[in-house]
Amino acid sequence: MPTPTDAAGSEPGAAASSAPTPVIEFVDVEKSFGNNVVLKDLNFQVARGERVTLIGPSGSGKTTILRLVMTLEELTGGYIYIDGQPLTHHKRDGKRVPVSKKEQKRLRTRIGMVFQQFNLFPNMTVLENIIEAPIHVLGRSKKDAIAKAHSLLEQVGLPEKADSHPSSLSGGQQQRVAIARALAMDPEILLLDEVTSALDPEVVDDVLNILREVADTTNVTMLIVTHEMGFARDVSHKVMMFDGGHVVEEGPPDKIFTNPEQERTRKFLSAVLGH
Amino acid sequence: MEFFEDWPQYFEVVINWSDRLMAGLWTTIQLTLFGGLLAFVVAVTLGLLAGSPHRWMRIPARILIEFFRGISLVVLLFWLMFVLPQIWMRNPDLPFRDLVYNTFLLGVIALGVNYGAYGAEAVRASLTTVPSGQWEATTALSMSWPHKMRRIIFPQAWALMLPSLANLWVHLLKGSAIAYIMPFVSDFTAELNQLRRPTDIWFSHAFIGLIVYFLLALILTIFMQALEARAKHKLGRGPSLKEILSPAPKAVVPEGSGVKIADSEQEAAGAGSAPAKPEGGVR
Repeated sequence: MPTPTDAAGSEPGAAASSAPTPVIEFVDVEKSFGNNVVLKDLNFQVARGERVTLIGPSGSGKTTILRLVMTLEELTGGYIYIDGQPLTHHKRDGKRVPVSKKEQKRLRTRIGMVFQQFNLFPNMTVLENIIEAPIHVLGRSKKDAIAKAHSLLEQVGLPEKADSHPSSLSGGQQQRVAIARALAMDPEILLLDEVTSALDPEVVDDVLNILREVADTTNVTMLIVTHEMGFARDVSHKVMMFDGGHVVEEGPPDKIFTNPEQERTRKFLSAVLGH
Repeated sequence: MEFFEDWPQYFEVVINWSDRLMAGLWTTIQLTLFGGLLAFVVAVTLGLLAGSPHRWMRIPARILIEFFRGISLVVLLFWLMFVLPQIWMRNPDLPFRDLVYNTFLLGVIALGVNYGAYGAEAVRASLTTVPSGQWEATTALSMSWPHKMRRIIFPQAWALMLPSLANLWVHLLKGSAIAYIMPFVSDFTAELNQLRRPTDIWFSHAFIGLIVYFLLALILTIFMQALEARAKHKLGRGPSLKEILSPAPKAVVPEGSGVKIADSEQEAAGAGSAPAKPEGGVR
């Protein structure tokens, strides 16, 4: 485990107090797969620029939360608001009414996601992977998109790999390209779903350092699911402990990691950190 | 060898008949090309619809697939050639008369819808084998359905569906021999039936027919294998066509040679190297 530093906490909570409209808001969110209820009565807010890490045992619904924000799963109850606007349903006369596909797509372009399994497109080169959506979804010029892609590749330390195919890259390199691909869309919200879980231990730090730099140099809101507690402590303003689809405890990382209130949190942390 | 006694004369007959045989061969080739093209269009259209999450798209597609897959090609041709024109014979003023009397066109349509229905299953099945992570990545990048299908999903499914489509195309070539029942269309088999009269059935069908159809099928197969190799190379798997065709020994390197740095573990996790993970469906 990397030693936690106290780089975080420089401005925790500051964003939350100054921004009136939360950039992500969950209201009475419920998600079930068939009869299996994964999330129930979930309420929380993320302020603009805030970085929130979700921790907890597997199956606690953390990843489902990210997938709901990315509209990869269908919301079965409640409401999700992005910047105050309903993402999937809005409330009209006490009823849940689905929002238009167009509206949903417009909101979705503000959200980016990096996956555990990278999910680069194997039929395209690294550069094509990065410029595809900026050109065809955001309507940017090819020239601008390519220039931006090169600078992002520089940022993730792979300037020479633009013309390579994903299959010729190592896992860590693929994930760095995936980060560049997500950033190329200039997302306001970046969802990181266990981005280092599929990587060799040696390259985990490379990827995390890139994300630390993104956190330090941009104001992008991040919702993070990770098992890397050192990273969670470094970058997040807030940590939320999940178990059984509920928030067990939430607070600034220093407090959660050093002095959690709940026994459940303590047990989980000692299991994750205690070896 | 008494059996082959007359064959030297038969070859002379073939040379004398070569114009007719070539015309028949050309008809067969045209039926195979146009029928194959229509079959491909039908296969992709019905395959995409059959994989749709919307019932109102999926159910009509399924009905069409099952219908055209279920009826025999001979029966379909018979209906198109002999039953359909009856309607126009009784009502000569109906439009499209020329089309209904164009037996070559009807033959192409029969081959196209019949084999297209088979191909639709290959298309649909290949699309479901594209890993669900690829679909999710396209959603995360806000790509529209036509965009993700054209640029991301279909190109990956393409390499998987090609072997099945190649198979069907060879079937279609041989199925086109049934065209000899069609009035006014003399395909290669129809010409072989004529050739049989001055020669014998052993020479015309069992010898000339065997060789010509086999060679045609071989050409189709080689062409489709080249397409498949190209498609795989584009996905970062296997050598490029140029490498395969070049006589240098490096052309014989095994599949996966394009991978420069990958170790086995990374490859297993890699995006480009999860060819047939049977997860997820067409979303």
